[in-house]
Amino acid sequence: MSIGHTLLGLLESGPRHGYDLKRAFDEKFGHDRPLHYGQVYSTMSRLLKNGLVEVDGIEAGGGPERKRYAITDAGVTDVERWLATPEKPEEYLQSTLYTKVVLALLTHRNAGDVLDSQRSEHLRSMRILTDRKRHGDLADQLVCDHALFHLEADLRWLELTAARLDKLRAEVAE
Amino acid sequence: MNAPAAPAGSLLTAEELRKAYGPTLALDGAGFSIHPGEVVAVMGPSGSGKSTLLHCLAGIVPPDSGSIMYAGREMATMNDAERSALRRSEFGFVFQFGQLVPELTCVENVALPLRLNGTSRKEAEKTALDWMRRLEVDDLAKKRPGEVSGGQGQRVAVARSLVTGPRVLFADEPTGALDSLNGERVMELLTDAARSTNAAVVLVTHEARVAAYSDREIVVRDGKSRDMERAV
Repeated sequence: MSIGHTLLGLLESGPRHGYDLKRAFDEKFGHDRPLHYGQVYSTMSRLLKNGLVEVDGIEAGGGPERKRYAITDAGVTDVERWLATPEKPEEYLQSTLYTKVVLALLTHRNAGDVLDSQRSEHLRSMRILTDRKRHGDLADQLVCDHALFHLEADLRWLELTAARLDKLRAEVAE
Repeated sequence: MNAPAAPAGSLLTAEELRKAYGPTLALDGAGFSIHPGEVVAVMGPSGSGKSTLLHCLAGIVPPDSGSIMYAGREMATMNDAERSALRRSEFGFVFQFGQLVPELTCVENVALPLRLNGTSRKEAEKTALDWMRRLEVDDLAKKRPGEVSGGQGQRVAVARSLVTGPRVLFADEPTGALDSLNGERVMELLTDAARSTNAAVVLVTHEARVAAYSDREIVVRDGKSRDMERAV
């Protein structure tokens, strides 16, 4: 995920302090991976340098100065461009799992076991996501669904590979 | 590949099940175990033997050899009448298609297992309505199955499967005919309802998203089973 673009997008609704930005980011997108303060401030410095945000005000307090950031017109254009650019689908070719399966076959180990334990691990993740979905709000449900569909796609590949193991074994032996 | 000896406290266990249909070996030493309140997914490709395993566990077809123990009793020692009684009162069933009697209303369908067990119509329909409420389909009580959607019909079928308070619910691809949203809602309601009554659920599915509602999974391949939790 582009943290810079996401923070810029969050600024579109109005100027915010770095701390508020971090909180908004974590609340909406950072469920599993909250931002570090360092990431927020280094990202804001970069955006400032590139003219995508500007300092809207500085509060002097007991601690360090608190800058309030506002998005610039160039920043808004940048967010627009980012939203309009489709993400390149990941290709997943030569995945670790494929390598493990082929290696197991080459070394006469049980490739079915590799697939079975991977299925089990995937299902473990899917159970956690399903549970989070059941108890979460709509945003949680959508985020979890995205992950669930990807895991499901892996599992479909895994089942297909399990069904083709004999054929694959014959091919890698050649 | 075979499951090890059943752990203590199992409600239903099977060991070394073999079942052939003519020259086709459907089960080849499969094992299984489930505790009260547990949801176990039985996964595997088409033709792997997972439905045969369910049918054997539920006493619908006898295995050629092997042992099935339910609540401490060997099922092979029960006669047909005893096994039928077990299926009527202790077991519940949900399948993919065609479970509801089209001539009866939904509440009559849900009440049917209780009526077959001799409960009065009034009492049976009262209990049926309670279950329909839990499955969020009580407003369909007077409708016939032909007048409700697939997802609603499946919830009615789940209500019917639970109306006798079964200790084991057998669900064979219960969401196979539904779209994602309806399928998920059925799974949520089914597992919530089963957990609230401490019923064990044997969930046959080839869909990972459905299996994700289980506590653990057993994989069946070429008639052999593998208990993934105990294999780790």
